[in-house]
Amino acid sequence: MSIISTEKLTRSFGAFTAVNAITFDVKEGEIFGFLGANGAGKTTALKMLTGLLAPTSGKAMVAGYDVWREPEQVKRRIGYMSQRFSLYEDLTIRENIRLFGGIYGLRLADIKTKTARLLEKLALEADADKLVGALPLGWKQKLAFSVALLHEPRIVFLDEPTSGVDPLTRRQFWELIYEAAHIGVTLMVTTHFMEEAEYCGRVSMMVDGRIEALDTPRNLKTQYDAKNMDEVFRKIARG
Amino acid sequence: MNRFSAFVQKEFRHILRDRRTLLILFGMPVVQVLLFGFVLTNEIKNANIAVLDPSKDLESIALTSKLMSSGYFHLEKMLDSPSELDPAFRSGKIKMAIVYPPDFARQLQAGTAQLQLIGDASDPNTATTLINYANATIADYQQEKAVNSGVIPVKSLMVVQTRMRYNPEQKGVFNFVPGVMTLILMLVAAMMTSITIAKEKELGTMEVLLVSPLQPIQIILGKTAPYLVLTLLNAFIVVLLGIFVFGMPLRGSIFLLAAECVLYMFVALSLGIFISTKAKDQMTAMFISALGLMMPTMLLSGFIFPRESMPVPLQVIGNVIPATWFNPIIKGIMIKGVGLDVLWKQTLVLGAMAVFFLGLSLKNFKDRL
Repeated sequence: MSIISTEKLTRSFGAFTAVNAITFDVKEGEIFGFLGANGAGKTTALKMLTGLLAPTSGKAMVAGYDVWREPEQVKRRIGYMSQRFSLYEDLTIRENIRLFGGIYGLRLADIKTKTARLLEKLALEADADKLVGALPLGWKQKLAFSVALLHEPRIVFLDEPTSGVDPLTRRQFWELIYEAAHIGVTLMVTTHFMEEAEYCGRVSMMVDGRIEALDTPRNLKTQYDAKNMDEVFRKIARG
Repeated sequence: MNRFSAFVQKEFRHILRDRRTLLILFGMPVVQVLLFGFVLTNEIKNANIAVLDPSKDLESIALTSKLMSSGYFHLEKMLDSPSELDPAFRSGKIKMAIVYPPDFARQLQAGTAQLQLIGDASDPNTATTLINYANATIADYQQEKAVNSGVIPVKSLMVVQTRMRYNPEQKGVFNFVPGVMTLILMLVAAMMTSITIAKEKELGTMEVLLVSPLQPIQIILGKTAPYLVLTLLNAFIVVLLGIFVFGMPLRGSIFLLAAECVLYMFVALSLGIFISTKAKDQMTAMFISALGLMMPTMLLSGFIFPRESMPVPLQVIGNVIPATWFNPIIKGIMIKGVGLDVLWKQTLVLGAMAVFFLGLSLKNFKDRL
């Protein structure tokens, strides 16, 4: 069953078409990589899928609801982590968790148990009352991802989650992503690190607002006769 | 409701943890009230005045016309009885009144004539300046008379008696406490809200909020509610300073004053939200607020410079500044002790502004984010 499905989803800004009639499906529990160069339309597409931006034409269904018609239903079922840091640096770890738990309508008792579990998992118990701003970037990103999972969303959208972190932390971050996928969460990840594309179940390659290729990394490499995803991307982008 | 309270709680934490914000919030009003203690003198043109002239003889008519031709005054009203003085001042239509005795020409012939100038000292700078102008013109008139008759008077022919209404000691504080209130409430409410919303946009956390189940209106209210509370607290501090440090009166209803403050804050808050929909980052929000709101509030609302002396285009611009309408409300309530029966017009204008800007900023907020 597909949890995300779009039909000729299009967004224009004046004469410029940022996203040009993209049609694709994402299966439940899948790690779906959304790849493309800067300006290829990834972020615009992601904004339409999360209800931040209205489509010019076409349709997007997320978790069984039309994003633009029933945004409230969709919003409750999705998590989001932006490439810019999505927690508040002047609040402590505990306060951030409390805030996002509250915003997503969790009960106080639930927030308490979830906070304890989350802190234990990330081994941050000792830092729970420290300001988030004092944490190293890698930790912040891991924390932000865990907070995005707090309300048990069915889908989490990750917009360039690993930009700016070191390779080791990036690996650890992907372990968290696998863990979430393992319990049935669907993950849609945009990235421009081609090696990360190898970690995805399926990837789509966007070029100039269109999806030029969509398959498993293995199939894509065979199809384009490439050693790695980086080569696949270069071949597609060259056209 | 849990959603909303969690959000408001966060907002209070932001404010209380940021020393700079706290300093602007609570240090600024005190410093400004104390700073604006300097009395500012200004030139005035075409101030509205009333004349009560029961004698209506050649001398009084000649003196009145000389006063009117000076360019400083504009004859708003001829009064028929002393009982009309009070309503004319209370309504704010006149800044000064000239009262002649019933037999002015005869008194003048006899040697000394009594003449009364009454100024509206709820605006002491304007009142003093007007009285000085009037005195100078009257002295001029006597001089001319003396030259024409060929007699150099030994002493002044007229005894001019001056009275300042509402604020007999002409304290400048009566002018700047209300002025600072309009400024501080605008600063805190509009500037701080625009900055705090722009900050979320700049840091990228606004996207996270918009993707969450929070409604845009909840985000706006959640971000402004703490500032509404803090601004009210601020207004209270300024009024207390005015009363206990500078001896300002509070002659009207304190509840009306509070209600008018809330109304003015709604205008300011919605202006702040409107600015934040236009500004991408905190710096821009701050500059737009400072140039677009603070400067006009200080310069064009009549707080420092009398609106009477401004060129017409600036007076027109002044009319769309909320402080222009809020300033007379505070003065009216605190100094003159008047109520809604007099201030209904200003209140109505502020109300209309609140509705207009709130609607505009809500529409913009949805469109832009």
